[in-house]
Amino acid sequence: MSQDDSYEDVVKTRREESFAAFESRGKGLLHKVHDLLHGNPALVPLIVLLASIVVFGLLLGSRFFSPFALTLILQQVQIVGIVAAAQSLIILTAGIDLSVGAITVISSVVMGQFAFRYGIPPSIAVVCGLAFGTLCGALNGLLVSKMKLPPFIVTLGTWQVILASNYLYSRNETIRSQDIEASAPILQFMGTRFEIAGAVFTFGVVFMILLMLVLAWALKNTAWGRHVYAVGDDAEAAALSGVNVHRTLMSVYMLGGLICGFAGWALIGRLGSVSPTSAYEANIESITAVVIGGISLFGGRGSILGALFGALIVGVFSLGLRLLGADAQWTYFFIGVLIIVAVAVDQWIRKVSA
Amino acid sequence: MTQPVLSAKNLVKRYGKVTALDHCDFELYPGEILAVIGDNGAGKSTLIKALSGAAPPDEGEVYVEGKRVNFTSPNDGREAGIETVYQTLAMSPALSITDNMFMGREIRKKGFMGKYLRQLDRKAMEEFARQKLSDLGLMTIQNITQPVETLSGGQRQGVAVARAAAFGSKVIILDEPTAALGVKESRRVLELIQDVRNRGIPIILISHNMPHVFELADRIHVHRLGRRLCVIDPKEYSMSDAVAFMTGAKEPDAPRAA
Repeated sequence: MSQDDSYEDVVKTRREESFAAFESRGKGLLHKVHDLLHGNPALVPLIVLLASIVVFGLLLGSRFFSPFALTLILQQVQIVGIVAAAQSLIILTAGIDLSVGAITVISSVVMGQFAFRYGIPPSIAVVCGLAFGTLCGALNGLLVSKMKLPPFIVTLGTWQVILASNYLYSRNETIRSQDIEASAPILQFMGTRFEIAGAVFTFGVVFMILLMLVLAWALKNTAWGRHVYAVGDDAEAAALSGVNVHRTLMSVYMLGGLICGFAGWALIGRLGSVSPTSAYEANIESITAVVIGGISLFGGRGSILGALFGALIVGVFSLGLRLLGADAQWTYFFIGVLIIVAVAVDQWIRKVSA
Repeated sequence: MTQPVLSAKNLVKRYGKVTALDHCDFELYPGEILAVIGDNGAGKSTLIKALSGAAPPDEGEVYVEGKRVNFTSPNDGREAGIETVYQTLAMSPALSITDNMFMGREIRKKGFMGKYLRQLDRKAMEEFARQKLSDLGLMTIQNITQPVETLSGGQRQGVAVARAAAFGSKVIILDEPTAALGVKESRRVLELIQDVRNRGIPIILISHNMPHVFELADRIHVHRLGRRLCVIDPKEYSMSDAVAFMTGAKEPDAPRAA
């Protein structure tokens, strides 16, 4: 080796600098808040949720701050909440699903039509509806993962296709609540109510909360959950470090479809009837809940519980403002503001060196 | 002559009309640091991807300890004991050090929680990660659960090397480990590489940095136009010779070209 390349000798001998030290920089309050939010992304929506409950509670008193009114919010958000769980999974993989609302409604239509048009036993019709939802999710998953098409475009397409199929297949007919009650009550199972000290719950609400808790646990504590985050963070890096990206994406889209199938079942419970014109706006509402819940649209960041809080925030605002007698447009106004604030906060959290 | 740990014959890899590997041969012997140098686009990265399974070759054979292998994914290579530190590091910035080290080979809890609910054994993984990091002198990492994105470039490289060293039982491949680092951080990573070699694991080092290559390497594989031009001994040649070979300014006098 020639002599001209000994320029690094200086650093070879002087090595008192610790290479991997994590010096705790002199942290201000802002830094501490930032670190806390970085570690617990569902904290912001939880604070907003509690604050909005307190504010509306102060403004409206017991009309709002009662077990009945608060559980009414849960019933009103159950469909969006369940769909938001599916949407969260997909957005965590850096995707987006515009077809969730369509899958939800077509699953409910499949359940109703299979039971009433073909005379299939209602419990099997429910299973068929769930399977159909999963199938729709699998179609999205294949197009995203195998064909490598952008999720936005794929689901923009399948949204239209599924929704149109829904109208064509159902012949735009509603199955009446009385008929379901008489011959296929299991379709309304998710609407079963029970009361605890003035608080009214339905099985659909319980399902939404359990679903969120189970998914939150699985995302944190299983390899599958870690892979979902890794794929959303950087799919190529995940593949190189040994994650089966295709299988992860397929599992997420299929599970998303299955959850939408359950949302379809809960939809029948909520409405009583099977209506092909319902829940069509669930796609935008679920994205709203996810964004307000602090899950990053760029993937790989956020907590699924945030989506539950996000859905509840929307529910609190719409009920609270309605009880205040405000124009319904104010709800949309504030939700719009919240979305922008949520994304701004997300950007701030993502900045590591704030 | 000793048997190579990892070798390849007549590797061909085409991307559309571009031939990235053109009947390339390769040998790595036990306990050595083999540097692979070559100009941009010579096919160095394709070569290591073909060896590690990340980009299976179109033609040719790869042998691990004399046995023919057929890797179709990075996981196949990893199972055979070949670990790669990619230039991009292949880490998920938002996930913790532990999550990244165990990505794709997580440890599950024993008993019901692990078997049926597939719960991860976080404690065991964190313990292992901490152990491996301190083995490599990265003891100052206190919080094993902090996200990788909060680490500096050198620290990330350190974690990536630790991951490879922890699981790579036969071969460790390092693609441009010092390219993105400052002088001091590079120095630390070079020491890490020597530490790993001293444990007896052979290393393939891809680098553009001639002083680093000549300091570490036992042999230098010069890659040119998708194939091995020659293998030189850093003690017998100068850096300018090596650069002349890899740019085509000079032909090797004892050609070992395939």
